[in-house]
Amino acid sequence: MDFMVFQYPMISVQACLDGILLGILFALIAYGMALQWGVMNIINIAQGDLVILGGYIAYFMYLYGIHPAWGVIVAPVIMYFVGIAIYKLVINKVVDRDLFISILATFGISILFMQLMNFAFGADVVLANSDYGTTMLFNNNVVLPNSKIFSAFISILFAICLVIYMKKSKLGRAIRATAQNARAAKILGVDTEKVYAATFGINAALCGVAGALISITFTIHPYMGLPYTIRSFMIVIVAGLGNLPGVAMSGMGLGVFEEFADYILGTEFRIGSVFLLLVLILIYRRFKLSRKREYLK
Amino acid sequence: MRFNKIILSFVSALVILFSTSVASFAKVVGDKIILGAAISLTGKYSSNGVHTQNGYNMAVDRINSMGGVKVGGKTYKFDIIYYDDESNPKRAAQLAERLISQDGVEFMLGPYSSGLTKAIAPVTEKYGVPMVEANGASRSLFTKGYKYLFAVLAPANLYLDVAIDLAVEKNNGKGVTVAMAFEQDAFSQDVRLGVLDAIKRTGSKKVIDDKLPKELNDMAATLVKVKQMKPDVLVVSGHTKGALTAIRQISEMKVDVPMLAMTHCDAAKLSKQHGKNSQYALCASQWHKTLTYKDDFFKDGMTYDADFTKEFGYAPPYQAAESSAALLVFKDAFERANSFDQKKVRDALAATNMQTFYGNIKFAEGGQNVDKPMVLFQVMCDDAGKCENKVVAPTKWASAKLIHPIPSWSKR
Repeated sequence: MDFMVFQYPMISVQACLDGILLGILFALIAYGMALQWGVMNIINIAQGDLVILGGYIAYFMYLYGIHPAWGVIVAPVIMYFVGIAIYKLVINKVVDRDLFISILATFGISILFMQLMNFAFGADVVLANSDYGTTMLFNNNVVLPNSKIFSAFISILFAICLVIYMKKSKLGRAIRATAQNARAAKILGVDTEKVYAATFGINAALCGVAGALISITFTIHPYMGLPYTIRSFMIVIVAGLGNLPGVAMSGMGLGVFEEFADYILGTEFRIGSVFLLLVLILIYRRFKLSRKREYLK
Repeated sequence: MRFNKIILSFVSALVILFSTSVASFAKVVGDKIILGAAISLTGKYSSNGVHTQNGYNMAVDRINSMGGVKVGGKTYKFDIIYYDDESNPKRAAQLAERLISQDGVEFMLGPYSSGLTKAIAPVTEKYGVPMVEANGASRSLFTKGYKYLFAVLAPANLYLDVAIDLAVEKNNGKGVTVAMAFEQDAFSQDVRLGVLDAIKRTGSKKVIDDKLPKELNDMAATLVKVKQMKPDVLVVSGHTKGALTAIRQISEMKVDVPMLAMTHCDAAKLSKQHGKNSQYALCASQWHKTLTYKDDFFKDGMTYDADFTKEFGYAPPYQAAESSAALLVFKDAFERANSFDQKKVRDALAATNMQTFYGNIKFAEGGQNVDKPMVLFQVMCDDAGKCENKVVAPTKWASAKLIHPIPSWSKR
């Protein structure tokens, strides 16, 4: 245990800011997961792998001399079609089955994606340099890489656009209707098949944006997807489905929690602490539910 | 129905018979010495797996074309059976078992990485199959009392202790403060032990001792601590991920530290991926092309570098060079044993004392090479942003002068 973070107040400020910026990025990935979970009742284990694939799109643009920041526009377009293709090939066959089947199917997709990315892009760890520089705050005591600020800004922008799209557009309304009651929506003339495909596509597109941002901020590697899946799963569980402000808050909370866990427990427990928190929250939820059940009885 | 069953059994019997007769070629067939190797051609180690395979192939071609191996007055040529271990230790152990018990291989070459070598070593030991490996540096490989394992490379604990010595030397022999960040895997933790020994030996002090997770891609917390504590040396070891993440975040967060030492810089193509930001980083390496070791097959490091680049289209990382050296060791041992008896070859390997283009090779009791020091190179860039790795320590092999302390980011 190391309590340095509390001895130097500036470190706490740094940890909070780092955590919030990181959490906003996580929230974007989690929002995609919440969307498809809510609409299609599918937990997508391949979420993190879609993120990494989006990262590779930005990386390849960078390799060909295009600034990787353009990846936040190109990656979602490509990933939208990748999402639709996955839906048509696999997901539409499991969409009405129970949750376990969909977990198995997306687990399979995850393994396939990891191996395909490894085969296509190699096993090297890569990154895309944005050369965005650094912002110094509080007399140079707090340092924020501009790439992280850029990531958070783009994530917020995409989240806002999506919320407006969901509220105003025809497809957005159809998606929300399907999420509320798929059968009723179908009876009222909504082509749920199309809605499902679009939802999966939108989720993949969000993963694409997040991936491009991750390649600019951190590093990518074909086998690095799982931690992103776990984090978004965790955020969605805390926030609940269809609750965007909840997802944003829970994302930032998780980011800050991770940073503090890193300082206090050590970097080696960073991902472990996320797992631990997940277990604790699940136990708490179960406890709350069982009390509610007793009350109902 | 019954007739169908009989036909099915007959066909399967034929298939089994055929497959075993095809697979059961022994260690030495005609004029060929067949070696076995499980290599990571797919999976997370596939890049370095391919470097290893290229290194092996380059040496096989070279030795074969220069007269082969002379045993008992007859000339033999090397051949290697490869299997893909998918970067998976379990699979590697199964494949070693298959190479030995099904394919009849009696001499093995090592896989890539300490973890996979650890998985294979008990199998080769069980069957008494001599294995020369070039890519497993973990100290724990050499403390288990294996008799048939020989490693041409220096053990992991020697990777970065040179850096601490160098920092102490620059500090007029006085101890220094050290910040450490090591991934939690067998290799990096062994590197850490070596650094701890060096800290103790030189009267230095560790101020940060962070363990990085395997999914490492963010070490901002460690670097904030480094900014606060201002150590004399920062040592990082976390394979290619660690090297890339460290340089990215050190440059973004403008962390000033007088000396930065790392592992896996050339595997991470540090200067290519980070350009001038990687300048001044010190990197531990098993081999560098400018070292002046010599042998009859590859001549010296520069020639090896040129030949390898010509054949494979990229400059050889040390993983390829050490893999080539493993074949030279086998050739030497076969000729000295003058026999294909596994025990005699094993004894000959144990008595190895030779120089290759890669370095001197002499095995200790545990199988590790004790005659080849690690080198440290420093990334040095010119004004145009072209970066090169130059050996700066040990002094005997240095081709450039160490730049110390690293200029602060505000002055770069």
